[in-house]
Amino acid sequence: MSEFSVLQQKAESFYPNYGRKAELQHQTHYCPGCGHGIISKLLARAIDELGIQDRTILVNPVGCSVFGYYYFDVGNIQSAHGRAPAVATAAKRARPHSVVVSYQGDGDLAAIGTAEILHAANRGEPITVIFVNNAIYGMTGGQLAPTTPVGAKSTTTPYGRSIFNEGYPLHVCETLASLEAPVYLERVAIGNIKGILQAGKAIRRGLENQVNGLGFSLIEVLSPCPTIWKTTPQDAQKRIREELSKIYPVGVFRDLTGDRGARPAALPAPTLNELPALLELDAAHTFETPDRRPTQAVDWRIKVAGFGGQGVLMLGEVLAEAGLAAGLDVSWLPSYGPEMRSGTSNCHVRLATHAIDSPLISRPNVLLALNEPSLRKFVHTVEPGGWVLYNADTLPPDCRRDDVNFVTDSFTKIADGIGDTRVGNIVMLGALMEAAHLVGDEQVDAALAHTVKSARWLEFDRKALVAGKLAARRIVQGVVQ
Amino acid sequence: MPKQLIKGNEAIVKSAILAGCRAFYGYPITPASELAEAAAKYMPLAGGTFLQAESETASIYMLFGAAAAGVRAMTASSGPGISLMQEGLSYLAGAELPCVIADIMRGGPGLGNIAPEQGDYNQVVKGGGHGCYHTIVLAPDSVQEMADLTALAFDLADAYRNPVFVLADGAIGQMMEPVEFMARPVEPRHMPWAVEATPETRKNLVTSIYLEPDNLEAHIRKLEAKYRRCEREEVRFEEYQTGDAEVVLMGYGITARILKAVVEQLRATGLRVGLLRPITLYPFPVAAVQRLARSAKLFGVVELSTGQMLDDVRLALNGARPVEFYGRAGGNVPPAEEVARFVRRIARQYGVAVAEEELAHV
Repeated sequence: MSEFSVLQQKAESFYPNYGRKAELQHQTHYCPGCGHGIISKLLARAIDELGIQDRTILVNPVGCSVFGYYYFDVGNIQSAHGRAPAVATAAKRARPHSVVVSYQGDGDLAAIGTAEILHAANRGEPITVIFVNNAIYGMTGGQLAPTTPVGAKSTTTPYGRSIFNEGYPLHVCETLASLEAPVYLERVAIGNIKGILQAGKAIRRGLENQVNGLGFSLIEVLSPCPTIWKTTPQDAQKRIREELSKIYPVGVFRDLTGDRGARPAALPAPTLNELPALLELDAAHTFETPDRRPTQAVDWRIKVAGFGGQGVLMLGEVLAEAGLAAGLDVSWLPSYGPEMRSGTSNCHVRLATHAIDSPLISRPNVLLALNEPSLRKFVHTVEPGGWVLYNADTLPPDCRRDDVNFVTDSFTKIADGIGDTRVGNIVMLGALMEAAHLVGDEQVDAALAHTVKSARWLEFDRKALVAGKLAARRIVQGVVQ
Repeated sequence: MPKQLIKGNEAIVKSAILAGCRAFYGYPITPASELAEAAAKYMPLAGGTFLQAESETASIYMLFGAAAAGVRAMTASSGPGISLMQEGLSYLAGAELPCVIADIMRGGPGLGNIAPEQGDYNQVVKGGGHGCYHTIVLAPDSVQEMADLTALAFDLADAYRNPVFVLADGAIGQMMEPVEFMARPVEPRHMPWAVEATPETRKNLVTSIYLEPDNLEAHIRKLEAKYRRCEREEVRFEEYQTGDAEVVLMGYGITARILKAVVEQLRATGLRVGLLRPITLYPFPVAAVQRLARSAKLFGVVELSTGQMLDDVRLALNGARPVEFYGRAGGNVPPAEEVARFVRRIARQYGVAVAEEELAHV
C-alpha cells in the first residue's frame, strides 16, 4: 500500500461530506460502475479549474441524478421531470453573470422534456446542458427510454423494442444540430479511459463557452448503467464501446465557439423614477381629471354597434375618454374575439356622475347603430326617452318607435365627402354631441387628441366631428319643425 | 389625480412592473393575450425579461427558475393554459417559491370558447395540482383592482413564499376603466433563500423533494401552518348594503358588479338585499359569511359557471341558512334584470317581504 499515492484530490466543488444525504454521507447514491459518478467528477473538476464555483447554478432533473445537490457545493435548483431547460433559461436570465448547468438524463431530456430542450437550444440560451444517455430509465427500474436500442428488452418492452410499436432510438445531438442557434454540440462515450478524458474536455468546453458569453452548449455522454443492464461494470463499458457508440457515433456535431462572438449584454436598467414615464403613466398619457363631478346627475348608458372595421370600439373609447375628461366615472366593455375579425362588433360605454356598478348595458339610453343588423338587434332595448342614431338615410318601418329620439343619416356618406369612409364613426359622434350634449365640446376634442395618435387622422376626425354636428342640427331642427 | 383609461389586462402588467416584477414568461391565449403583449412592450424598457415560451408548461417552469433566482416574476393565461400549468404550480408551492399568475377566465371545458366565464374557480382555488397545497387567490371586480390587487399579489407571494393568483374573467380583463396607479415604484425585498449565483447564496437549495416520510410530513405541516396563518390574516372582502340585508348575494369579478346593480334595483322596490363580495377566494371569507348568516334569512350565489364558489359558501354556512344558486355559463353574462328576477323568486320562495306591486311582476 505504501506505493499508492493520491494524484487527484476530491474537487473543491463537491461537499467534503454529503450532509444532505440521510445515511452513508461519505459516498454517493450511484451504483458501482454507474457513469454518473464519473460525469459528476468531470463536471466538478471543470468548475474548479474555471474558478466558477460561487457563480454556478446546477439545475437538478428527475432521474438518477435528481440528487446532484447532495454532492455539488454550488447553488442548486431541483426541477420537475423534463423542465430543467425552462428553469435554467429563467435562472440564467435572472442572473446573467451565473453559469447555469442543466444536468439531465435520457428520459428527462429526450422524452418528457423534448419541447423544453428543443426550444432552449433553438433560442440559443447561454446555458450548458449535460445529457447523460444510458439508453434506459434507471431510477424507476429499467423501463424503455427513447434512446433504448431496437430489439433491446426493458421492463416495458419485454419482447424487445419494436420499430412498429416504439419506433427508433432518438438521436439528440443530430436533432439539435439541425438548429441554427446552438454553439457547441458534442457526443462522448465513457467506455474507456480515452473516452473519459475526451468527456472531461468536452464538459470543460461547454462551461467555458458560457463563461465567454457564448450561446447554447450540450454534451451528450453515453454512460454505463450496469445495475439495470444486469451486467458487470467492465461489460457495461464494453457495451458502450461496441454497441451504443455504433448507434450513437461520438464526435463534434457543432462547434461555432470560434465563429460566434459573445451575446450582447443587457442594457442598463432604468432608475425607479424613470419607470412611470416608460410605462406611459406620465402627464402626456394620463388625464388630470377635475376634482368635482358635474352637479347635474347623469347616467349615460351607451351601446355602440356595427360591423368590424367601422370603428365601433374606437368610437366607444373616445366617448369614455371624453367622460373621464369631464370628471365622470366611466366604463368601456367590448365584445371581443372572432366576431371582431368578420361579423358584428359592439361595446358598452357608461358615463355617470355616481360610481358605476355594472359596466354591462342591457337597457341603453343611447344606441349608436352603425348598420342595420345592429339597429334591429338593439332598438327595442332602448329606454323610452333615449336616443337612437342610425347610419342610413331612412329608418326601416318596423324599427320605428314613438317613445325614443331618432337621428337618422348616412354618416358614412358624409365621411366619404370629407375624404375617408373610416371617419364615419366620428361623424356619428359629432351628431350625438349636437343632439344629446353628453359632455362638452372641449372634452370631446381632448379625448380625440388623446386617442388619435396621427396628426393627419386627428385633422380628419375634427372635420368629421363638425360635419356630424351640422348634419344633426339639420335633422333635429327638422324633427322639431 | 391623474388617471388613465386602460384595459384590465394592461393594468395588471403596468402595476406588476411598478411593484418590482422584472420577468414575464407567457404563452398567448385569448382573452389574456394583452398581458403578454403589454409585457413584451414594457418589460424590456424596465430592464426586465419578457419571453414568449413554447408552452404554458414551459412558462410556469420559467417562473420557477426566475423565482428560484430571486426575481419577482409573473405569467398570465386562461382556462386551458392554466390547466397545463397545474403541474408547475404544485412544484412552486412545494418549493415555496413566490410568483404571480393572472388567470383571465374563458369558457370551458376543453377548448370551450373565449367569452367570459368563471369556470376556473375549482382548479385555481382548490389547487389543481397534486399534493396538499393552496394558492392564494385574489379576485378583482374592476380595472382599478386589477392594478391594486396585482401589487398586493406580489407582496403576499413574497410574504408567504407561495404562488398567488389574480383570478379575473374575460370581461374584467377586456374592459377599460380609469385607473390611478401607485405613485412610487417599488424595489423588491432581497430574498435570502434565493439561488443568486453569489458566494453568499452558494449553499442555497430550492427543492420540493423530501425523501423521508417524516421530513416530508414536517414540510407539509409547515405549509399547512402557513395556510392557517393566511386564513387568519389575509381574508379580504367587500360588503355592500348588507347591514339590514335579509337576502345576502355573493359573487366575484364581473358578477359582483352586476350584483351591485341588482342590489340597487331591488332596494328601490323595498327588498332588503345586500352583497358580500369575496376579494380573496382563498382564503375564503368564512367568518363574514357566518356573521351575516346570523341576521340574513337566505343566501343567493351567482356565478358564470354551474356552481363552483357555491361549494365554499355552503361549507361556510354548514347548513345554517339556505343557499340558492343562479349561474350562466358558456360565455353568457346575465344582465342585472335577469339576476333580479332570480332574487325576487327566491325571496318569495323563502318568505322574505317583497312589496306587493313587485310581486305582480314575478
